[in-house]
Amino acid sequence: MEATTQPFNVTHHAQAAHHEEAGFWSKYVFSTDHKVIGIQYAFTALCFLLFGFCLMLLMRWQIAHPGQPVPVIGGLLSSVLSDATKGIISPDLYNSFGAMHGTIMVFLAIVPLAFAGFGNYLVPLQIGAPDMAFPRINMASYQAYVLGGIIMFTSFFIPGGAAQAGWTSYPPLSEAIATDGQTFWLIGMIFLITSSLLGSINFIATVIQLRAPGMTWMRLPFFVWAQFVTAFLLLLAFPPLEAAGVMQLMDKVAHTSFFLPTGLAVGGVLANASGGGSPLLWQHLFWFLAHPEVYVLILPAMGIVSEIIANNTRKPLWGYKSLVYAALSIGFLSFIVWAHHMYLTGMGTRIATFFQTTTMIISIPSVIILTCLLISLWGGSIRFNTPMLFAMAFLPMFGIGGLTGLPLGLSYSDIHLHDTYYVIAHFHYIVAPGTIFALFAGIYFWYPKITGRMMNEFWGKVHFWGSFIFMNLIFQPMFAQGMAGMLRRMPDGGANYSQAKVPGAIGGLSDLIMSLHTYILYAAVLLGIVQIPFIINLFWSITRGEPAGSNNPWEATTLEWQTPTPPPHGNFLTPPEVHRGPYEYSVPGHIEDFTPQNEPERRKPEIT
Amino acid sequence: MDIPYTVQIRPDTGLYNAKVGIWLFLASEVMLFGALFSSYILLRVGAPESEWPHGWLNVPIGTVNTLVLITSSITTVMAWAACKMNQFGRFKFFHACTLLLAITFVCIKSYEYHDKFTHYEITLNDGTIADGHFLENSLRLSNNAYTGSALIQGRIVKDRTELFDLKTHKPPPHQEIRIEGAQIKKMQNYGPFHHTYLAIYFTLTGLHALHVIGGAIVIGFLWGPGSRMWKTQPERFTNRIEISGLFWHFVDLVWIFLFPVLYLL
Repeated sequence: MEATTQPFNVTHHAQAAHHEEAGFWSKYVFSTDHKVIGIQYAFTALCFLLFGFCLMLLMRWQIAHPGQPVPVIGGLLSSVLSDATKGIISPDLYNSFGAMHGTIMVFLAIVPLAFAGFGNYLVPLQIGAPDMAFPRINMASYQAYVLGGIIMFTSFFIPGGAAQAGWTSYPPLSEAIATDGQTFWLIGMIFLITSSLLGSINFIATVIQLRAPGMTWMRLPFFVWAQFVTAFLLLLAFPPLEAAGVMQLMDKVAHTSFFLPTGLAVGGVLANASGGGSPLLWQHLFWFLAHPEVYVLILPAMGIVSEIIANNTRKPLWGYKSLVYAALSIGFLSFIVWAHHMYLTGMGTRIATFFQTTTMIISIPSVIILTCLLISLWGGSIRFNTPMLFAMAFLPMFGIGGLTGLPLGLSYSDIHLHDTYYVIAHFHYIVAPGTIFALFAGIYFWYPKITGRMMNEFWGKVHFWGSFIFMNLIFQPMFAQGMAGMLRRMPDGGANYSQAKVPGAIGGLSDLIMSLHTYILYAAVLLGIVQIPFIINLFWSITRGEPAGSNNPWEATTLEWQTPTPPPHGNFLTPPEVHRGPYEYSVPGHIEDFTPQNEPERRKPEIT
Repeated sequence: MDIPYTVQIRPDTGLYNAKVGIWLFLASEVMLFGALFSSYILLRVGAPESEWPHGWLNVPIGTVNTLVLITSSITTVMAWAACKMNQFGRFKFFHACTLLLAITFVCIKSYEYHDKFTHYEITLNDGTIADGHFLENSLRLSNNAYTGSALIQGRIVKDRTELFDLKTHKPPPHQEIRIEGAQIKKMQNYGPFHHTYLAIYFTLTGLHALHVIGGAIVIGFLWGPGSRMWKTQPERFTNRIEISGLFWHFVDLVWIFLFPVLYLL
């Protein structure tokens, strides 16, 4: 081990000699170092994650207790938001919370954390590069992201409040609402798209150009492959949404009619527009982004989980090449499934059949990835630490999310389930207990590389079991609610369609189904409470955590662990050279159970 | 710390970093304009044939602008070749030409925009439509009614559909028509809100014009203050000319598609 890893914390002695200390601003705010930018992204995204979660808590309160003032923070709400008189969430405010919860979670929390945060910190380290290919563009990407985030956040406080037409922003509704929230949303999105464009170019160029000598394509850690495919999805899928966003902005600001059909009447009055537009055009352009976006949300998570599983089972990933080709197939296929979100638009059975077929085909590579990860566990001597618990929980959670997607991919069953809570439960199973668990796993796993200290194991396990139980208690009942016909996006949680409201009505929501709202609210509050140990642990451990004791506390093989802790500007003390694949664990005849990628020769046990 | 392959090419890919970057950027640009062209197709297919405009744009002016952009692409290549041949003076000359041609393009485009914004369709109370440019205008809008009068150069048609196809039905010679404010029911200029065709026309050409202006700023920088790099790092400077040139060719190429789609079809 001494041959490959530097003594712990040599950073200061080695670097201080020829490197003058940068000031606070250039070191932490206007930094071009990929690691600082990664941490900036991750921290900002975690703040938005918490904010999006709080919006969700408010919505769950409103659904469980429609028309009643929000406890504890109701007074605060009515003093800052115009639509919350006496602490009661009005239907308009509920709509904007719903729209912004989706927008914030997808575009401001999960993608920046999974792709930009983890990717920025880890990809250059894992491929043995000194930095990203374009460090200043990297900084610009973060700044555009922050600007977009500020615009989105500010829109809550303008007259009329934030966007109200859902994160999907379907016109004509999104354009018929007379307030400026949607305009802010569109401008914010244009900044976020710019940010992701700059970021994805940087990632792809870095992986193509800056791989260390010997780091061939099939020696890349799977995490890098996942990020590479993700970057292509962002690069090619986001521009059509940008085009759509520009057109909707033209509709809002220049009063064009891209998405307004001839003869559109709003509130019984003929809209003052030239007409001739097509609302369906927006849906096509939106889902052309938003379906690949689903894989942008899940692929980095799969990458993180793969790294952690290989490390903690102490054996190579099963089917590395299958994983790589599966990720590439997902990337390609994700561009031709978008219209399965649009079965109810009357697109015709032939087109629906095409998109059903591609949707069923794309489930194959997803199943390959999940199967490879499951088989990787087989026969391993598994270390059950906190990152591994989260990574292992990812597998069944993603499984539930994926399998419940099949009835939605088939147009016949989708007609019943479309826009119900079943859909909500389905995609939250993929993103919340799926992707977010993988992100938690990644935070616990790479924390010692970033800070040199471990996070507390006991509180990590409390965080894990609490999150695991309450996530399921939140989303499992929604499947039942959805199948009973409860629609999403209703501020009263469907009370108007309940049997309590209209006794004896056929298809009315039963008392049992309605009462689930209360239990979901309890579970959501408890889920919030078990995040507190995580937040404290995250900050406490920076200075008080148990020292990691080594640059490679998990005894991992990939290159990011073969650097000083934390890695200095420029990452590697000597340029690394790669001699082997990424997961050489427990190789027979080797003195240790892991062989780092940059170790020239396997050290054999000495024959005495 | 130095990032490898910023100037030298990486042997196994045969590229330097910025070249990978610009091609990826252009790929995303293809998707951006591709989405807008697809939108054009969808809007046009969705419109009744009699209500889709033909011949609303001036083809000779468009042709001139096409030639301007193509010429500027040639001068860009010449500028890059001059750098490669180590002739800095030639580079300065050719890139000055590129810059002037870019400015010419934007000026011609602004003239075309101006023509659309001063072109009015005025629905009169008797159901006929006056269509043309103002010569004099003292019209004022108050309480949803016009006062004053105006003199337009144009024509009067009975049916709105006569205004759509100017290619097969050549408009008669324009005449001067005086219109009183009291006659006017509705008045609107040919802005993006006037028709979906104009909406996509302004969006596509506006976005393209932004690309031209952005490219011109970069080329202007590399021609002026940025060209100091020639003295210290000529190879890196030549790469910059190549990268900006690739972008410029793409902008040119987009126009090559825009011109027939919007002007001729």
